[in-house]
Amino acid sequence: MNDLHSPEIQLVRFRRRVLFAGALVLVCFSLLLARFVWLQVVMHDYYRTRAEDNRIALLPVTPNRGLIVDRKGEVLARNYSAYTLEIQPSRVDNLERTIDELAGIVHIEARDRKRFRKLMDESRNFDSLPIRTRLSDEEVARFIAQRYRFPGVEVRARLFRQYPNTELASHVLGYMGRINRRDAERIEESDDAANYRGTDHIGKSGLEQRYESELHGLTGVEQVEVTAAGRAVRVLSRTPPQQGNNLRLTLDAGLQRVVETAFGDRRGALVAIEPSTGGVLALVSKPTFDPNLFVDGIDTTSWDALNNSPDHPLLNRAIYSAYPPGSTFKPFMALGALTAGKRTPQFAIADPGHFDFGGHRFRDDKVGGHGSVDMHKSIVVSCNTYYYRLAADWGIDGISNFMAQLGLGSRTGIDIDGESTGVLPSQEWKKKRFKRPDQQKWYAGETISVGIGQGYNAYTMIQLAHATAILAADGVVYRPHVVRQIENSRTGAIQLIEPEPIRRVDLRQADIDVIKRAMEDVNRVGTGSRAFAGAPYVAAGKTGTAQAFSLRGGDLKTSKLTERLRDHALFIAYAPADNPKIALAVLVENAGFGSQSAAPIARQVFDYYLLGNLPAGPAPEDTDATDSE
Amino acid sequence: MQLTANRWLWLRGTLGSVLGKLDLPLVIIAGTLLALATLVMASATADFGFRFEAHLVNLAVGLSVMLLVAQIPPLRLMQLALPFYLLGVVLLIGVELFGETSKGAQRWLDIGFTRIQPSEMLKISVPLMLAWYFHRHESQLRVRDFLVALVILIIPVGLIFHQPDLGTAILVLAAGVFVIFFAGLSWKLIIPVLVIGVVAVTTVAVEGDALCAEGVKWPGFKDYQRQRVCTLLDPTADPRGSGFHIIQSSIAIGSGGVFGKGWKEGTQTHLEFVPERHTDFIFAVMAEEFGLLGCLVLLAIYILLIGRGLMIAASAPLLFSRLLAGAISLSCFTYAFVNMGMVTGVLPVVGVPLPFVSYGGTALVTLCIGLGLLMSIEAHRRSRRRDR
Repeated sequence: MNDLHSPEIQLVRFRRRVLFAGALVLVCFSLLLARFVWLQVVMHDYYRTRAEDNRIALLPVTPNRGLIVDRKGEVLARNYSAYTLEIQPSRVDNLERTIDELAGIVHIEARDRKRFRKLMDESRNFDSLPIRTRLSDEEVARFIAQRYRFPGVEVRARLFRQYPNTELASHVLGYMGRINRRDAERIEESDDAANYRGTDHIGKSGLEQRYESELHGLTGVEQVEVTAAGRAVRVLSRTPPQQGNNLRLTLDAGLQRVVETAFGDRRGALVAIEPSTGGVLALVSKPTFDPNLFVDGIDTTSWDALNNSPDHPLLNRAIYSAYPPGSTFKPFMALGALTAGKRTPQFAIADPGHFDFGGHRFRDDKVGGHGSVDMHKSIVVSCNTYYYRLAADWGIDGISNFMAQLGLGSRTGIDIDGESTGVLPSQEWKKKRFKRPDQQKWYAGETISVGIGQGYNAYTMIQLAHATAILAADGVVYRPHVVRQIENSRTGAIQLIEPEPIRRVDLRQADIDVIKRAMEDVNRVGTGSRAFAGAPYVAAGKTGTAQAFSLRGGDLKTSKLTERLRDHALFIAYAPADNPKIALAVLVENAGFGSQSAAPIARQVFDYYLLGNLPAGPAPEDTDATDSE
Repeated sequence: MQLTANRWLWLRGTLGSVLGKLDLPLVIIAGTLLALATLVMASATADFGFRFEAHLVNLAVGLSVMLLVAQIPPLRLMQLALPFYLLGVVLLIGVELFGETSKGAQRWLDIGFTRIQPSEMLKISVPLMLAWYFHRHESQLRVRDFLVALVILIIPVGLIFHQPDLGTAILVLAAGVFVIFFAGLSWKLIIPVLVIGVVAVTTVAVEGDALCAEGVKWPGFKDYQRQRVCTLLDPTADPRGSGFHIIQSSIAIGSGGVFGKGWKEGTQTHLEFVPERHTDFIFAVMAEEFGLLGCLVLLAIYILLIGRGLMIAASAPLLFSRLLAGAISLSCFTYAFVNMGMVTGVLPVVGVPLPFVSYGGTALVTLCIGLGLLMSIEAHRRSRRRDR
């Protein structure tokens, strides 16, 4: 028993335990070695990839957006670089407090906060959103000094879109806005998703929207080595971005400015087209808006003001709003009648001042009538009776078929989104338009109103200007377009937009000439004569009045109606008559007769475009002009 | 001339007796290890150079302490065992009552001119105390002695665990358990404990999901300790938080491959993905830059070091020396195994440094004391043999 405690036995037992411990050490280290082999040999490729993913970040380099310039090179949209103070809400614990504290360093207004909140609602996760844009250098310096206090807040230099002429041509240019969730989803589904990494803004309307893919450019990429904290250590490689293409417009900024001034505070629309190309020289919708407001995210106050105004400044009246053409429809009716063989130029009616049809009396504006009226006179004096009868003789489908050839009632294909078709009435149209069978039937009486441009007729100013340009060009049809060419600023390559005619309306020149002479006389001795008195060129035109409010059988004086119920004044014209360089359609909302307020605007447009005369102010309203239309 | 010669002889004699206490194999092994450590440290501290200079100072201090400790004969060490142990426990109680809190744990004690971490000295004084205790009762070891030893061990371990400092508690516990094991604890007791341990680890590994579910408390464990175990079981559950360390160190090690990325070329290290890269996770730096070959060399050095320690233990003449040398050797193994295990993601992240490699003066001094003790024991054996 005592042997157990003898030193020798104890030593032997101890050494056995040392051996056991040594074995345990070897076993444990073998396990570790197995782990090393697993990580470093078996899983090596996987971990090498993970390490590279850690190390290398691909940073998008946003390209400069292409410029938009007018036909003469005047810049309408450009970019400027500005410092923005941006917050990444996902990295900030208490957003309110952070913004309050930031307000102690840089100036933050209530509208900045409102705008930020709106952006947050629309933004994607992990977006960096601007709380302030256009920081001054001093503000930047102040923030940088205290930057450590604000994790998740950064100053960035960013490119912003700028419209140097503010409101000018805003309905053509459209505006840019931040990419919202809906845009992001659309981009994600498109092939362009990679190109939009790093892009915050996108065209939301007008040319900015339509030519987004041209203007955006190609996003570059920077391969950088980053630390765990995301700090870039060095650039490994760089593919530079390619600037977006520039757009050179057919639009004449000077002319556009003249038109917008000519309108003054009045609402309405004007489209001027070069008949020999289809290039849009001016496209105005009044009132207009400042697209700069949208660039860094519009605040709710400005947005509500624009959106809730009864004048609807965001509405593009030139291509979206359809109005009855009124008497401006008559030259086209006359041309169609000649072409279809329904009338000869010499055929004359005796106008008693009204036209009776199916027990209903359709009145002329002139009590007692115009006497004997042939086609020429019907246009110059704007005789309703002549067209009542013509419409009745011709029938709605004949009218409809002819007008369709002039592009009325269908989208002209102008390169701005948001065009509406208007209404070119026909039996078929009515069947589609209405649900109940009794409403679907076309009544012959309805054709009568259509004949003088009222009734179901409704066209946009771009359609009327387009039709006028077709007439001016003797039936040659060009697609109206705003962009003349797309220019690659890097290679200098130029892509021209459709200078060729797309089709020709089947018309006889003799017929065209009849209409043209009559329209020239409108401005010489007819309803346009007061507006065009003393013009050194010959302009052809036709005034019109569109009922804003349908009067059934009454003949109330329009001036007694409240302003918004007054008729719209219209005018179509082209000049010079022998070699038309410009054709236009203009509408002034609730302005009464076309001769009164629409024709004077056309006069200023032609004076500027043909003679270079800058008008002194808004076009005058000829309050004495009460000629029948 | 005569005088000078005498003085020279005296100097040579003193130096010879001081250096004679050193164990050549241990010096070579530890020297190689420290050289490798310095190389890795130079890379790990590349972005803050002052740390590297501090490391060199620590190295000098550590080696001096080793040389000093090696001079103390084992018999003198036995006299120091009880006072050191009592001092350590008193200081631990002091920490418990007046300690300073840092990183959520009470570990430091301010003793006027400096702050000390008493738990560190227990790593030496607990095995010292236990070895002395067993040595005193050498002739008639009974179950009662093992129970007393257990109490001697449990008091400091409990205090350290309560700070809380799980890593140090494990190391102190391990050092004590090794002494008890070498003292001859019955296999009938060892085997059940080993079995229970294996079963427990297996249970945690298999039932990890349920145990780590939200809101489940583990009796006796702090939340952060539970978190560490859970993170180990599934690092991906919280890749940005506590799992980040393990994921990133695994990536560093795995991406190193067989030959490594080269000295100072580790991307995970130098781009700051590896956390604590000059302290607890320095192994990841080495594995990334020197690859599997570096790991093999390191393992080999540790095996040689531990092997030499166990040889010294096996041939030591006194029970005290045997137990102390054995415990120190296995403690060194525990350090290395736990650290490499946690950095490679097979053990939970507890704050255990890689012995002789990780940055940190206190730990290095402790390890050098251990080396010094081994050398003292070996020197004592040699001198006894000469005496015979």
